[in-house]
Amino acid sequence: MSADAPTSHRFPENARAALADETLQRSLASAKVGFRVRRSEAAARLPEFEILRDEARDIKNHVLAHLDLYLEAFETRVTERGGHVHWARDAAEARGAVLAICRAAGARTVTKGKSMISEEIGLNAFLEENGIEPVETDLGEYIIQLRHEAPSHIIAPAFHVPKAEVAATFRKHHTALDPARLLEQPRQLLEEARGVLRDRFLAADVGITGANFLIAETGATVIVTNEGNGDLTQTLPRVHIVVASLEKVVPTLEDASTILRVLARSATGQEFTSYTTFSTGPRRGEDLDGPHEFHVVLLDNGRSDLVGTELQDVLRCIRCGACMNHCPVFGVIGGHAYGWVYPGPIGAVLSPSLIGVEEAHHLPSASTFCGRCESVCPMRIPLPALMRHLREREFEKKIPPATQRWGLRIWAFLAKRPRLYRLATAVPLRLLGRLGRRSGRFRSLPMAGGWTSQRDLPAPQGPSFQSLWDRAGGRREKPV
Amino acid sequence: MTDARPNVALFVTCLVDLFRPAVGFAAAKLLEDAGCTVTVPRSQTCCGQPAYNSGDRADAAAIVRRTLPALEPFDHVVAPSGSCAAMLRLHWPALVADEPDYADRAAAVAARTWELTAFLTDVCGLDSVDAAYDGVAAYHDSCSGLRELGVREQPRRLLRGIAGLTVKDLGAPEECCGFGGLFAVKYPDISGRMVSDKADDIEASGADTLLAGDLGCLMNMAGRLKRRGSAIRVRHVAEVLAGATGAAPPIGEGES
Repeated sequence: MSADAPTSHRFPENARAALADETLQRSLASAKVGFRVRRSEAAARLPEFEILRDEARDIKNHVLAHLDLYLEAFETRVTERGGHVHWARDAAEARGAVLAICRAAGARTVTKGKSMISEEIGLNAFLEENGIEPVETDLGEYIIQLRHEAPSHIIAPAFHVPKAEVAATFRKHHTALDPARLLEQPRQLLEEARGVLRDRFLAADVGITGANFLIAETGATVIVTNEGNGDLTQTLPRVHIVVASLEKVVPTLEDASTILRVLARSATGQEFTSYTTFSTGPRRGEDLDGPHEFHVVLLDNGRSDLVGTELQDVLRCIRCGACMNHCPVFGVIGGHAYGWVYPGPIGAVLSPSLIGVEEAHHLPSASTFCGRCESVCPMRIPLPALMRHLREREFEKKIPPATQRWGLRIWAFLAKRPRLYRLATAVPLRLLGRLGRRSGRFRSLPMAGGWTSQRDLPAPQGPSFQSLWDRAGGRREKPV
Repeated sequence: MTDARPNVALFVTCLVDLFRPAVGFAAAKLLEDAGCTVTVPRSQTCCGQPAYNSGDRADAAAIVRRTLPALEPFDHVVAPSGSCAAMLRLHWPALVADEPDYADRAAAVAARTWELTAFLTDVCGLDSVDAAYDGVAAYHDSCSGLRELGVREQPRRLLRGIAGLTVKDLGAPEECCGFGGLFAVKYPDISGRMVSDKADDIEASGADTLLAGDLGCLMNMAGRLKRRGSAIRVRHVAEVLAGATGAAPPIGEGES
């Protein structure tokens, strides 16, 4: 799977494969418990957590109502400080902007901090095609880059890869190291990656990071990381490129601080990540370090079309991953099954907007609407309501299969006509009631294969409640 | 006539109507015992969720317009389902919000609509019911009731007073059972794994009975438990609260 070739239209098949993958199932089972416990403990430790969620939501709503204003202010500040802002309407323009900067810098290798926007625009493959070697420096991203895989989670890209497989991957690629070395403990894997990456950091001509925030009042970009790789990526090379989508802008440092207080708690259950790094322009005369050039590539890629629509709320997302960590569907199939960059509930809403309802139509449908995503989203994005809205768009476009649409139409026809509904259901009910009386359930039933492939169908008692209520002389209309 | 008993419309729900009338009778008994006059409006079929959640907004709104008048004359509307009650309470007003003839009326009915156990405790002020059940029950919180209506303590409070019954929480009480209406048949493999995990949790609890307030979830979990040969008895919470477990065998079990 790569960013350029979504497989979201094959979601049911992808999901089946994921369900059959026992290694993945083990990773999922342990990851979800950890994420959920840590988030819930972190939220409980902060009495004002729920209030902060409201404030964070309000900040982003305000930004989205004045997006042009804050983006222009951000650009002005960046430029004043000697940086450059590159506006990119789509993925191709963003890739082009990055490549042009790399070419101008004569870059042969670039180091990269973790960036979902980079995944969204398929940057690594594009740079490779153009003779520039991208090196991922976030440990998880580094692992999946070596394995030629896509991230399976937006904050834990390699959580699907068990330790032993990481060790095997390292042995395969780090051939200069002693084959007899021990690689059993996470610490040993970390040290090895750190050692290998150290040289790459020093050799890189350009460093590319994402951004968790763009701050309009100062022109700073902010990343939050736990490994410190982002800092090395952006301070060591001569050129620092930030790739970010435009809804990441917030008005002030204060606003960023408010959202930071819910971000890590919702993501990993930390109060703050180990590093919160602010980048404000290239190095100034008196600075001891920092890049000589500072570029921000601002990606739209369909987002501005969502402003003012029923889907606008999705632009509040800060990519903490809480929705997928708590999603019962993600919890059994993992991230790759979604078939594109953003998995889980946020992906189910975002992907149809970015890659089209036709490609991604399964994603908003594959939800039970259990509502747990919304209940933990720090930005209070009403994810189920947005998924339902996307289902309405699909229904309007007649994307669901004809059998489903007709089944629904017949049911709705009857449901709107109570008398007919009772007539139409009476005979099948009695029949099923009689057939199922002894065992109380059906192991299989014509036209109910979707149900009975997984579980028995409890048999109806027989007559409907309505008919029995009449027979018992129960009260009907006309209260007094 | 004359008494000050609240007039309650029982919104029986399509699944209870079609599959398990015993739940409807149990709900009616509980409401009557709590001092209500219970009426079953004839013009009800379904709350409209199958259409609404499939993106068929027009049919869902038509069902609202069709059903609303039948529920309007009552002091309260009560459903033995968190999911259907949430549909009436939260989604009906949204569906007809732009229709001047219906918007206010839907909002008014929504404000008087309750999930059964929440109505009994929060509106009728009930703390216990007079019933007995011999067993250890795991209680499953259905997602809509739990997260859309905040139904969590109410059924437990009522069950606490049932003679002979011990109630246990599941290991992952907030986890969806995998029903999700049409989700269960549209994505059977995913739904199957979810309900299988839920069945593991139920069995690990050591309970001999599974209770919940939503028949859809119950049919899903009962269906999986019975498929794997489990002896756990599955019932709607109303049946136990009403002392009406004699009316029908547990869900998915036959008359033997």
